Amino acid sequence: MDYSNLRRQAASMKKSLFDQGYLDEQFCQVEDLQDEASPNFAEEVVTLFFKDSAKLISNVEQALEKYPKDFNRWDAYMQQLKGSCSSIGASRMKSECMSFRDYCGQGNVEGCMRSFQKVKREHGALRQKLEAYFQLLRQAGQLVLLELPPGPGCKN
Amino acid sequence: MAVVATERPFHVLAVDDSLPDRKLIERLLKTSSFQVTTVDSGSKALQFLGIHDDDASTVSVHAHQLDITVNLIITDYCMPGMTGYDLLKKIKESSSLRDIPVVIMSSENIPSRINRCLEEGADEFFLKPVRLSDMSKLKPHILKSRCREHYQQEQQHQQSDSNSNSNDCSNPTNKSSCDSSRKRKAEDNGEILPQKNRPRHS
Repeated sequence: MDYSNLRRQAASMKKSLFDQGYLDEQFCQVEDLQDEASPNFAEEVVTLFFKDSAKLISNVEQALEKYPKDFNRWDAYMQQLKGSCSSIGASRMKSECMSFRDYCGQGNVEGCMRSFQKVKREHGALRQKLEAYFQLLRQAGQLVLLELPPGPGCKN
Repeated sequence: MAVVATERPFHVLAVDDSLPDRKLIERLLKTSSFQVTTVDSGSKALQFLGIHDDDASTVSVHAHQLDITVNLIITDYCMPGMTGYDLLKKIKESSSLRDIPVVIMSSENIPSRINRCLEEGADEFFLKPVRLSDMSKLKPHILKSRCREHYQQEQQHQQSDSNSNSNDCSNPTNKSSCDSSRKRKAEDNGEILPQKNRPRHS
């Protein structure tokens, strides 16, 4: 196993995610919170994000169906999703959320529907890419696979 | 950041309905040497703090059962049911909790919202996503509040002393430690930058 090669690939994958605007600086902030005590922190947060955002997307979807033209409600649900994207640096997804909210502000149903589809697409794309990225990191041996029992030197 | 812990680390209660955000704020706080309890709602926060909002308590443990003193509360603004603002009001209405510093977090940069919170007694407003650098703003609020509490106790002692016409001297140790903590407060004030309305990227 050529670990350094895999690490290089992971780094290059991450760089392209930034270059293509999928991620922004906040993602680095999240990764920087990792240390020996919490070596998988970034992946854990991202996993929680995708669980959470899937639920929030479903909330928006239901609201679009059940409450036609209820722009305030639609906007409120999308605001939650946007906040979540912001927290992990999901930049493109966040932009689409903002687009949706703009359309809500304009009372533009068509625009809302269109941009909601884009939000879902970006969500799916980001999930795929981040799964690939973390898998690569795992293969590169940078993630601790075994859970070590807390020792006396444990920070927490 | 080297912290020489000569006393118990400060304990922060973090309130946020979003699970990833809760995980993040917990990590930020722990990395900054705080002990942390997280809850996902304002009503659970009040229950943890020992105030029963309504109905039966759904929180399994309370702060006093764990011998925890909460030194600061940091809460999200937008939460279903009880918002961060509602929680702030409840805390300020409570004689036992009102001296605990409260920080509000929000992903929306709305000046009227920020001002409303500060007017209601919030000590600080963080724009989300919260960063590690924001954590350094927390300790000054905790120390300020402690000093204020100590000073108030001092005042009460002095009043009761003069009322009872007692010959007891005021405790010199207490007085000097309050003076030194007031000095520290002045230094801390020097460090605190007026960043509450700092514009941030969205």
